[in-house]
Amino acid sequence: MGHFRKEYKRLVSESVNALELRYRPETMNKDTDKATKVQNYKLMNKLQRMNQEASLNCWSYHQNSESSKAKNLARSFVELEDSTGSIAGRMIGDTIEMFLHRSAKRLVDITSSVLTYNIGHYEKGTYAGFGQRSYPQLSYVKDGFLDLVELSRSFKTDPIMNPFSSGTRLRDMIRAIRACKTAAEERAVVRKECAAIRAAISENDQDYRHRNLAKLMFIHMLGYPTHFGQMECLKLIASPGFPEKRIGYLGLMLLLDERQEVLMLVTNSIKQDLSHTNQYIVGLALCALGNICSAEMARDLAPEVERLLQFRDPNIRKKAALCSIRIIKKVPDLAENFITPAASLLKEKHHGVLLTGVQLCTDLCKVSTEALEYFRKKCTDGLVKVLKDVANSPYAPEYDVSGITDPFLHIRLLKLLRVLGQGDADASDSMNDILAQVATKTESNKNAGNAILYECVSTIMTIEENGGLRVLAVNILGRFLSSRDNNIRYVALNMLMKAITLDSQAVQRHRATILECVKDSDASIRKRALELVYLLVNESNVKSLTKELIDYLEISDPEFKGDLTAKICSIVEKFSPEKIWYIDQMLKVLPQAGNYVKDEVWHALIVVITNASDLHGYTVRSLYRALQTEGEQETLVRVAVWCIGEYGEMLVGNAGMLNQEDPITVTESDAVDVVETAIRRHSSDLTTRSMCLIALLKLSSRFPSCSQRINDIVIHYKESLVLELQQRAIEFNSIIEKHQNIRSALVERMPVLDEATYSGRRSGSVPAAVSTSQGAPLNLPNGVAKPTSAPLVDLLDLSSDDGPALSSSGGDFLQDLLGVDLSPASTQPGGNQAQKSGTDVLLDLLSIGTPPAQSSPSMADMLSPVEDNKSSVDILDKLGSPSGPPAQASPPVGSSPMMDLLDGFGPISSAPVAENNGPTYPALVAFESSSLRVTFNFSKQPGNPQTTLVEAQFVNKSPNAYSNFIFQAAVPKFLQLHLDPASSNTLPASGNGSITQKLRLTNSQHGKKSLVMRIRIGYKINDKDVLEEGQVNNFPRDL
Amino acid sequence: MIRGVIVMNDRGKPRLVKFYEFQPAEKQQELIRSIYRVLCSRAENVSNFVKVDSLFGQDVRLVYKTFATLYFVFIFDSSENELAMLDLMQVFVETLDKVFSNVCELDVVFNFNKVHTILEEFILGGQVLETNSSEVVKTVEEILKMERAANSIKVVPSIPGWQGR
Repeated sequence: MGHFRKEYKRLVSESVNALELRYRPETMNKDTDKATKVQNYKLMNKLQRMNQEASLNCWSYHQNSESSKAKNLARSFVELEDSTGSIAGRMIGDTIEMFLHRSAKRLVDITSSVLTYNIGHYEKGTYAGFGQRSYPQLSYVKDGFLDLVELSRSFKTDPIMNPFSSGTRLRDMIRAIRACKTAAEERAVVRKECAAIRAAISENDQDYRHRNLAKLMFIHMLGYPTHFGQMECLKLIASPGFPEKRIGYLGLMLLLDERQEVLMLVTNSIKQDLSHTNQYIVGLALCALGNICSAEMARDLAPEVERLLQFRDPNIRKKAALCSIRIIKKVPDLAENFITPAASLLKEKHHGVLLTGVQLCTDLCKVSTEALEYFRKKCTDGLVKVLKDVANSPYAPEYDVSGITDPFLHIRLLKLLRVLGQGDADASDSMNDILAQVATKTESNKNAGNAILYECVSTIMTIEENGGLRVLAVNILGRFLSSRDNNIRYVALNMLMKAITLDSQAVQRHRATILECVKDSDASIRKRALELVYLLVNESNVKSLTKELIDYLEISDPEFKGDLTAKICSIVEKFSPEKIWYIDQMLKVLPQAGNYVKDEVWHALIVVITNASDLHGYTVRSLYRALQTEGEQETLVRVAVWCIGEYGEMLVGNAGMLNQEDPITVTESDAVDVVETAIRRHSSDLTTRSMCLIALLKLSSRFPSCSQRINDIVIHYKESLVLELQQRAIEFNSIIEKHQNIRSALVERMPVLDEATYSGRRSGSVPAAVSTSQGAPLNLPNGVAKPTSAPLVDLLDLSSDDGPALSSSGGDFLQDLLGVDLSPASTQPGGNQAQKSGTDVLLDLLSIGTPPAQSSPSMADMLSPVEDNKSSVDILDKLGSPSGPPAQASPPVGSSPMMDLLDGFGPISSAPVAENNGPTYPALVAFESSSLRVTFNFSKQPGNPQTTLVEAQFVNKSPNAYSNFIFQAAVPKFLQLHLDPASSNTLPASGNGSITQKLRLTNSQHGKKSLVMRIRIGYKINDKDVLEEGQVNNFPRDL
Repeated sequence: MIRGVIVMNDRGKPRLVKFYEFQPAEKQQELIRSIYRVLCSRAENVSNFVKVDSLFGQDVRLVYKTFATLYFVFIFDSSENELAMLDLMQVFVETLDKVFSNVCELDVVFNFNKVHTILEEFILGGQVLETNSSEVVKTVEEILKMERAANSIKVVPSIPGWQGR
């Protein structure tokens, strides 16, 4: 020993001196020749090895003197810029690590001095641009630093050595992975490691098996595949040593799963370990079993676990208890074996065992009614007593969580009592006292205390009725709501949501506090509270609650306004006691949050307004006032414009004044001003502008004095780039200018919209009536604007069409008009689609029932209406004059279609009803090319609105016959398509016959999305293949 | 039942991942990423509970807490008391603090399997095993002692390997 010591000392000082002599920092420079460097490296290495040996022999006191030299040496190496330097950098780390492992005392001075130096050096290097050239070296220094910080921590507490670093290479690997700058680098490192581990596995390396597995677990955590290491777990578990077994079991839990056959192989090892003399090994086996046990394992090992429930050491007993839970969950049949041992666990004094025992009983009750009955009879009183003891126990520091003794045990006990008390009056009765005591005595200023209270409330809510306790429970929740802690408020709202079904009266008492939570700064709490308020609303409190919510609406966060508005609207609609209140509330919401109001909500509002005939004047005046102060809320503008259009004269004439109303003076031109502002408003969208145009048309008849002005505004839009507006402007302009005599009839006030039909339609399209906020688009304008605009459009279209349409017999007139509209659908696919986008509402306003497929010829005609529609003017005159008051005298034959049209107000406005009963749909030309026309006829099976039967008819327009005719169709996912065989596969030439084929389409999004289809048609002309393709998106909407 | 425990840093790197019901490796990574997205989008001063039904199924929520650079996340179903989970997390972190004396992210990174051992003393098969921090520390120390005893026997053979890198 003495000799070695002396020898070591000599060697160290010699080599260090030699090195220092040659490599003092000042003599170091770049052109030091390589050989010397290598030599020095060797010396360094030797020195390091000696250090290593020295430390191994615990000669740490020597190192105190020698290390400073080593340190200096290392420092000088770090200054080198090439690979030698980086090796040196690494050596510093290694040397230090080595020392650290052996001697904690070394740590203090070496870390402080070397690290200070390293950091300084690192920074200096980086600043000097040094970093780029000698990156590896610096990264080692940096890494060494991180490593040391980490090491220094573990050694402060664990001075001898770190038992978990059973090798340095796991640490090395983690360090290397941490040093990676990019994912690709990381992958490369992991790949290299995995390759090495695979090699070790195939060599059946014993020594490093557990280290390799530990590495694999780290790699697994990062998300790389590690399946090749699975068998290693088994080998480790089977090995005798504790560290190997520990890593083996850990790997088993992390890398494997119960679905693997490997588990079969491990069963035997676990069985042996469950009977091991070392209780920690028994603990490991129990833990693994509790985490991954499969049904087979459960059957095989249940007796062992059952035996361990009576083991002398409490740590094993509690693990066995939780392991039993896993077993009975996997194989419920085994439950009965565990009932008696579980019951005996409830008499335990050890808190940990008691906790797990209670948990085991709770889970037994869940899987077995037999167990439930047993515990209910035999253990309820005992549990009540245990809870009483725990609740009254003096302060026990070891189980203390922020001042409360063992909250977890409280909670587990309360939970088991809940299970026992649910549905059993006797058991519930016996626990009333203790629940009351826990509910009143537990301190609620700490999270732990609140956790107990929360669990207690939950138990009170679940067990059999006891009014007094429930009130107590709800009061606790009420107190929670005023807590400053977000978490407490959050759980309280959750629990109140459950409580409301049990005792809404008690919850109602905390309405004010809940309302305060709607105004909370925490978004998730606001959301919860709003849902709760929504549940709290009833006929008696709707007025006060709505007032509160609407008041808050003004100051709420923009991102919360959407939710809040939806809920307010839904509440108002559902509970409104009278129409005027409903209208008033909506008139408060619209100016504040009109932009958040959903379409169906303002549609519903309009329906209500039309029905409240005594409130028309009041409503239109209120809207007018609102619009004066707030013109930027889209839906407010729409509703106001609609009402002014309909009830303009009541606005001006102060008609239908209510008592509480202040009179206002509005002139006709003021009313037109409002609409004009709205249509000119920059942010108005197409729907609003279209509605404005209709309103203007209506006003032109109501206010003759403003007629000229209105016409000027309308004319302005004849040049609109938006086709829809342009068309309206042109049509309306011609009505104003040329058809004075029928105008007043055309723009009569809307008929009252049927509320029942509307709500029927609505509930039909919205599965859950409660969720009005996300109801399907139910376009009321369908009903609103249809009667007025549909005949208009048809009329005007008619004017641009030529003879044949007019000459067709009267009864089919309307049909033909629609047909004319439809037929050229595919000739202008571009325009068609452009219009389709974003104009669904508009389609409804136009209400042709199909997308506005304007054929180019008719468009052209419309753009130059004056010149060549002489005939139509004639017709109109002819039609118009006798039928001034429409449909009275028996009209001449030619005019009957016109009559029908004008008369059409009534029937068409009730169209929705008709659609519900048995809708009919016009035929549709789905596809047309120069050689082929495809027509679709639709029918519906009664009682199955989702399914549409389509009969496709193919007509050959060319002079050649087609053979091998095949029709194919594709639909998006929300549709299902079934094709029946075609009637033939040859198509005679020149329309001398047709092929028909039936299709069945099921629309899973019925009412939300329209049908759409892509078609492909293949056939042969004179043995030449022809393929035609197209898309059909002009299906009637409600299919 | 507790469905899982995840510790990750504030950049989403997992530091400890433990699921108590089987999740394939890819799914685990996906869950970690989704949870990270949820957590980093949470504002300050909001409650620590998040509903994660969409990731784990009906009525599953998670509680999270930030300790220095680490997110601690417990995922659990409706049979657990949310507030108690918060306490359990507190006790777990306190225990880590005792074992590592002033725990930091690096301790967890380099000693992940030690952290697993500690976690095993708290939660077994998704159920709470022990809530007494000093009891856990005692057990973990016993385990360390055994490892150490086993290691000291093997110190000499392990040196060549150390050198050979």
